[in-house]
Amino acid sequence: MTTKILELNELKREFRMGSEVVRALKGVSFDIFSGEFVTIMGSSGSGKTTLLNILGCLDKPTSGNYLVDGVDISGLSRNELASLRNQKIGFVFQSYNLLARTSARENVELPLLYNPAVSSKERKQKAIRALESVKLAERLDHLPNQLSGGQQQRVAIARALVNEPVMILADEATGNLDSRTSYEIMSLMQELNQQQGKTIVFVTHEPDIAAFSSRTITLKDGKVIKDSKNENIRSAKDMLAALPVTEDY
Amino acid sequence: MNIPNLIRIAIRALQRNKLRAFLTMLGIIIGVAAVIAMVAIGQGSKKSIQDQLSSMGSNMITIRANSNATVGGGARLESAALQTLTLDDIRAIEKQANYINAISPAVQSRGQAINGALNWPTSMQGVAPDYLEIRDWKVKQGVAFSDEDVTGAAKVCLVGQTIVDNLFTPGDDPIGKIIRYNKIPIKIIGVLGEKGENAFGSDQDDVILAPYTTVQKRIMAITYIQNIYASAIDENSTEKATAEISQILRTSHKLTESQEDDFSVRTQAELINTFSSTSELLTVLLTAIAGISLIIGGIGIMNIMYVSVTERTKEIGLRMSIGAKGIDILMQFLIEAILISITGGIIGVLLGIGATKLITSLLSWPTLVSESSILLSFAVCAITGVFFGYYPAQKASRLDPIEALRYE
Repeated sequence: MTTKILELNELKREFRMGSEVVRALKGVSFDIFSGEFVTIMGSSGSGKTTLLNILGCLDKPTSGNYLVDGVDISGLSRNELASLRNQKIGFVFQSYNLLARTSARENVELPLLYNPAVSSKERKQKAIRALESVKLAERLDHLPNQLSGGQQQRVAIARALVNEPVMILADEATGNLDSRTSYEIMSLMQELNQQQGKTIVFVTHEPDIAAFSSRTITLKDGKVIKDSKNENIRSAKDMLAALPVTEDY
Repeated sequence: MNIPNLIRIAIRALQRNKLRAFLTMLGIIIGVAAVIAMVAIGQGSKKSIQDQLSSMGSNMITIRANSNATVGGGARLESAALQTLTLDDIRAIEKQANYINAISPAVQSRGQAINGALNWPTSMQGVAPDYLEIRDWKVKQGVAFSDEDVTGAAKVCLVGQTIVDNLFTPGDDPIGKIIRYNKIPIKIIGVLGEKGENAFGSDQDDVILAPYTTVQKRIMAITYIQNIYASAIDENSTEKATAEISQILRTSHKLTESQEDDFSVRTQAELINTFSSTSELLTVLLTAIAGISLIIGGIGIMNIMYVSVTERTKEIGLRMSIGAKGIDILMQFLIEAILISITGGIIGVLLGIGATKLITSLLSWPTLVSESSILLSFAVCAITGVFFGYYPAQKASRLDPIEALRYE
């Protein structure tokens, strides 16, 4: 439980907007250890998205160090970053980003197609296993438009899991879902975190969601203003059970 | 980069948009089919002209007395009226030439052929037995005349089918019959195989062949010869044979360096070249038009791929975020373009061959589907795919993953 997965050291990110320099991150430092479920909170303009892009190795900091699993990304090329994303990071997006007209299994296989080490037989097996772990074993051949929003997001989570990354990076993953489905997804996230020991970094602006995580980092104006362990973790499963059985009317 | 996986990715991407892939292909299909069909028509007409000309004897060399050589007071004379070619020339050629395998003198006479109540205006060619070999003519019935018939100026002849049709009632066997030609009785010993019209539309069956001695002595009462026909040992040596004959004749006619030839040597090859270059031009024109349609097909691919890259920006962003490198994206789109153009190419080749067959059976135009046109259009297709697919693919590969993911 003590392996350091992410290490951020005085991370700064500046953008040049014409003649103006926008400083999105003004020195962010924290470490994330394996098995943690971290939510990163912050209102818009806090530098949340910029931080997410850097955490996801889609962007590089202007200064400071960012180490993923011991690798400093500042010296890496575009291609090396792509490999790093492929091997170490599993993305889950707000809008699912599944390929249309492509079955759930093929969507989940996608990251493995960019990993030459995986044979086509292994690929199929891993995809099925990942879909089983998000409880979609019966929906392997369904197309995204035949799945509900929650199911689509579970396919996306399976896709994030399939390459066995060191970290799942979720970007407002419940933002498009109603509260019942959000709880379902959070319950799945908690299960992955607690039972399978997956490290999860969840970027959100809903304080409600943060209650399910073990640690919350709050950003404001490009700086960490609060970094606290959550002593009283709520169980999404219990929340789900507590909801009224039918909301139909 | 993992090529089999990238091909798999590209195929899946195309399957997701079958109709669009097919419509993109359509340009290539039509382009390739057009190239194949047009080249087939061009080549077909070229070959049919060549065949027709070689049926006249492709190795044949014709030597005529040249009317450029003036006789007497400066008036030029018709070549048949010149008397510069002699049997001595033939003997000289026979003895000295290396590239000639058959040679025959020829004298022509026009006249009326009569058999009982029927008569027919025709011409009689006086030739040597070799003449049949030179022209590649066959005797379909009876026998050809021999060297003895030539020596003895025998009153025998071979007739073409037109003569048989006009001088004999149907069912009447012409062999052994004696007809009269310009009042001279002459016996038919053979009938020539039918040859139809030649490339210039004259009836090649309207002819009587007799030993040249017979025509010279008994019909025309002349001692000179009008033409010499010879055949080169093969098609490729006609030029050498021509040069050789010119040299021999200049020597035997005792012409000095400054004097012009008093004869002319012509080959069928020259004729074939003239016709071939005409149909060659036709082929080039047709192919150029078809080629333009192929380029338009290629631009169609580029257009669709370009739109496709814009439309799939988000997909590209996703692929990059889950680990696709720039080269993976480039290759995916390039392979998509190549798959479209190659599949289109295959369908186009089949369609082109089908269209060619249809043209032949419906319009009975001669066609010839050549492997080279298939290979060429196929190669052009693949190159088109790479060429017109590269730019959009490169654009896709250079997208910024962050911006691509946020693209709506």
